Amino acid sequence: MSKIKGYLKTFLLWELWQGLSVTLRNFFRPNVTVQYPEEKTPQSYRFRGLHALRRYPNGEERCIACKLCEAVCPALAITIESDVSDDGTRRTSRYDIDLFKCIYCGFCEEACPVDAIVETRIHEYHMEAPGENIMTKDKLLAVGDKFDAMISADKAADAKYR
Amino acid sequence: MSDDKVTIEVDGAEVEAVKGQMLIEVTDRVGAYVPRFCYHEKLSVAANCRMCLVEVEKGPKPLPACATPVMDGMKVFTKSAYAIGAQKATMEFLLINHPLDCPICDQGGECELQDLAMGYGSDVSRYNDRKRVVKDKDLGPLVSTDMTRCIHCTRCVRFGEEIAGMPELGTIGRAENMRISTFIEKSVDHEMSANIIDLCPVGALNNKPYRYSARAWEMVQRAAISPHDCVGSNMHAHVLRGRIKRMVPHANEEINETWLSDRDRFGFEGIYSSDRLLQPRLKVDGEWRDIDWEEALQTLADKLQAAAADKVGILASPSSTLEEARLLERIAAHLGTNNIDHRLRQLDFADQENDPLIPTLGCSIAELEKKDAILMVGSDVRREAPIIAHRIRKASLTGAKVCFADQEKRPYHFDVEAQTTGEDLADQLIGILSTVSMDAKLPKSIAAMCKGVSASEEQGRIANALRNAERAQVVIGHNALRHPRSSTIRALAAAIADVCGADFGVISEGANAAGAHLAGLLPHRGPAGVPRKSAGIDAVKMNARDLDVVVLFGLEPDQDVVNGADAVEHLCSQEFVVSMSPYKTYALDSCANLQLPIGTFAETSGTFVNCEGRWQSFGGVATPVGAARPGWKVLRVLANLLGVENTKYQDSVEIRDELQAVLGDAAVESNGNSFNASTSAAADSTPRTSTIPMYEVDGIVRRAVALQLTMEARRSRGEPV
Repeated sequence: MSKIKGYLKTFLLWELWQGLSVTLRNFFRPNVTVQYPEEKTPQSYRFRGLHALRRYPNGEERCIACKLCEAVCPALAITIESDVSDDGTRRTSRYDIDLFKCIYCGFCEEACPVDAIVETRIHEYHMEAPGENIMTKDKLLAVGDKFDAMISADKAADAKYR
Repeated sequence: MSDDKVTIEVDGAEVEAVKGQMLIEVTDRVGAYVPRFCYHEKLSVAANCRMCLVEVEKGPKPLPACATPVMDGMKVFTKSAYAIGAQKATMEFLLINHPLDCPICDQGGECELQDLAMGYGSDVSRYNDRKRVVKDKDLGPLVSTDMTRCIHCTRCVRFGEEIAGMPELGTIGRAENMRISTFIEKSVDHEMSANIIDLCPVGALNNKPYRYSARAWEMVQRAAISPHDCVGSNMHAHVLRGRIKRMVPHANEEINETWLSDRDRFGFEGIYSSDRLLQPRLKVDGEWRDIDWEEALQTLADKLQAAAADKVGILASPSSTLEEARLLERIAAHLGTNNIDHRLRQLDFADQENDPLIPTLGCSIAELEKKDAILMVGSDVRREAPIIAHRIRKASLTGAKVCFADQEKRPYHFDVEAQTTGEDLADQLIGILSTVSMDAKLPKSIAAMCKGVSASEEQGRIANALRNAERAQVVIGHNALRHPRSSTIRALAAAIADVCGADFGVISEGANAAGAHLAGLLPHRGPAGVPRKSAGIDAVKMNARDLDVVVLFGLEPDQDVVNGADAVEHLCSQEFVVSMSPYKTYALDSCANLQLPIGTFAETSGTFVNCEGRWQSFGGVATPVGAARPGWKVLRVLANLLGVENTKYQDSVEIRDELQAVLGDAAVESNGNSFNASTSAAADSTPRTSTIPMYEVDGIVRRAVALQLTMEARRSRGEPV
């Protein structure tokens, strides 16, 4: 009996029709492909992308060189040197993040007592020359200044859960 | 059980204790930790932080463990709900006024308050009123203050009163208005003042040069030995990415206890001075040219081989390590020269044949505090060796009679029994000796000196103090060693010690004078004190004799050698001068022909032998600056190039062990203390010994920025203070 069934399925291309039915079903499903760069997927405000150092509204750097981010970083991607600044406060004299080492875990952001280091939603960046993977303090502050509105909005959205 | 023993119960376990002990000593011994801030085992009990409250059965209220003496049958609970409740309540009060600036506080990560707040603090403060703010004090260039953080444990105040002997800090006001203050606006000037940094349990008093430069958790701790005096204080270097950030004491009860002198703590700054020599340099036609190590060492080897044996002179710093001294001696022996010396500031070598094997203190550093009478001859001991001065102070506090025979009157932080002053130290000693030696047998030369001398009243008191003491000690210091009549002074001082039954010792120059003696860094003696067949020329003569090659090791001739200016002038006229030094200086640039950068004490491994004869080996602590290399490695390669046998050392430990084998038993024996007094002054032309200021003893200290800003350094430079 099963032998006859098997012959029948072979000649009627039963398994092919079975497969094509999956194709047919999906043919009428809504389209999920996104035409990246023109189109983009929605992002969470908690997205962890490129890092930035923030400032207070009066322009003062937030970072106080407590080095908690450096200590918590599981990939040892952060290198900080601190010193007494001209106005006598504690400031970083060097703040480097190695983007090749970084695993974008967001621990630095969580460790920061003054919300200075943040991970922004920016994820489209590239390097062309060796050494560009090191985000220096100036570069980080520049990112913070440029995307201040976005960072502030994201922080505000997340505030009630913190 | 004897009468002074009692049995108490700590957390249910029976413990034996000595009557009169405080509870906290017993709980510490059995490992039942009681939190504390104001209690410190080296300081008196203040019981003002109230953190160590524990429950005592039948006690009317929780009792402070640090101020409650044990009593027989006492039942103590350190972890009961009652005790923990009391401790938590205390912590809540302490945190009321403490600022929440841990992220910028240098104490963060190593703070006693922070640690205990984790265990006893609450997450949320119930205090909603205004917090207290206190104006910071200016305590000078070494200690930074953030007085708002102060929790009034008064450890710093008690340190000033009890350890430093200079009540510079005190408390004013009470309760909410209590302040730690210097009363009048002044800096804290004491040679051990920076110990209040370690004592402060919070971040109120902190290390000023280190301020904001690193965090406690990211540094690596490596053991080091102090290179600035003959004590050999044990230290820990805290190193970040190969660079020393700060020095802290490494507790060693036999040497420095838990203290560290300011010179040892801040001296390391000189390592990172901008005038470090970064590359070997050769002078070609009057111009300095950077060369590589191979060329430099080959040039030196060629020069040394070409020079006549007795035309080579080697001068080394008394702070060179034992290994460096050993290699220098071996190179000298290979070349056949005996012109090798480390006694750079000594003038009088008349009695050098009678030198003991090594210059020691005559007793251990810890024994000093048990002495009944101490005579310091020509010693500004507070500046020469602050740790020894501290031990002497401890002896004085327990009733010892401390006397000084010195060139000038100096202030001391303890009671001085008698102090004679005068330009000629020998005359003072003769006066003392004439009083003590009425019936004793003296060597002829000394007895002749004492004839017909009448002692002053002060000298008589010194003699009485020494004679009546059970454990007396006579020590000669740097000023006596540098004196033009130092051998006479030494003979007289030793004679006094002999007659009074006292121990006799020396506070030697540099960190490793003892090691240099052992290794044979002397013109008249080889390793283990074996006399040389013919004595070479000493450090003073070396600066007067024409030589083909002069090797300067770890020293700056203008500052480290007696009559520095003359020495530099003489070196300029020499055929070939090679300087192995961490630094480049104007004087070296002008007189040297070849400069080799060697590592400082922190960048090399090695051994220092301190003034007790204690061998203390250490490893390299920091990454050498520039192309500098550890001195022993440079000398090892040089020895190889010269063809010195068996010098393929891989490690400095091999050199130490080899020397130890050479020394055999000699390392522990001493030659005794009989010296000859010569009546003539060795260098009559030199009117007076030079005093080297405390913060100018060696090249590293001279470049330590913070130390040079202290009152002490400014006063020594004659600046208005």
